[in-house]
Amino acid sequence: MNLAELQKKLTAAARLQPPDDRVPYAFEKRIMALLAERAEASRQMFWARGLWRAAVSCVVLAVICGAVTLFVPEVADGGNDLSQDLENTLLASADPGEAPIP
Amino acid sequence: MERTEAELIAAVLAGDRASFEPLVAKYSPRVFATARRYARREVEIQDIAQEVWLKAFDKLKSFRGEAPFEHWLMRMTVRTCYDFLRAHQRNRISSFSEISEPEEDWLERFVAEPGSVSEDADAAKMLIGRVMDKLSPDARLVIQLLEIEDRSVKEIAEITGWSVPLVKVRAFRARGEMRKILARMTKEKYL
Repeated sequence: MNLAELQKKLTAAARLQPPDDRVPYAFEKRIMALLAERAEASRQMFWARGLWRAAVSCVVLAVICGAVTLFVPEVADGGNDLSQDLENTLLASADPGEAPIP
Repeated sequence: MERTEAELIAAVLAGDRASFEPLVAKYSPRVFATARRYARREVEIQDIAQEVWLKAFDKLKSFRGEAPFEHWLMRMTVRTCYDFLRAHQRNRISSFSEISEPEEDWLERFVAEPGSVSEDADAAKMLIGRVMDKLSPDARLVIQLLEIEDRSVKEIAEITGWSVPLVKVRAFRARGEMRKILARMTKEKYL
């Protein structure tokens, strides 16, 4: 069999086939709807991604604070803690017992 | 007044998504005609066309306006079709046993007297469809562009992004591959 001739005939057959350019009804509307859907999805994705990042950062911060509270040893300063010191300082002028003698 | 293509593209790039619709309406027939050369099922053809338009929208910024929009779009269409062929490569494996009666008649007549058969026959068109389905993606793309659409090697290189020597090598291999498929087809039928 002459394969080269067969190849030529079949290629010519393919060339003779007119291109079928039918487009499904309202195809352009479908594309526009898809684009709109994607834009909406990407907006939601933007917020979702941002919120997830914020949530992760908050969790990490909470874990660090918790670890600091648990593992950092308390400083021995005669029983006064920071809040007590702050209170004493702020109220020093109002405390009649410790008012300076004129 | 109808806006020009350049105006529509500029509007889309400026954020007016609706301006993309006239472009889709105008060029979809060409996109579908190209997609039908590489895929058979209507669902697959529509998937290809849809992907082409979504890609075109996403990559519109890369269109510099040096060549017509249609050329840029057709390049994208052919590349999407090629990706489709590569993705569906495994589905091609089948034998020629399912050849229909008219196709068999056409082949028999060709074997008896090659000059007597017409290439315009539906059977010949169906046969070439089967042969094309069995070619590898590279070979199919080259045969389609070079032999059927009669494009130059340089044009094919531009469309596919391959170098000119690579197109030539692939064209040589593609012809060989096609001949092998034809040999197998005739062997299955006549031996």
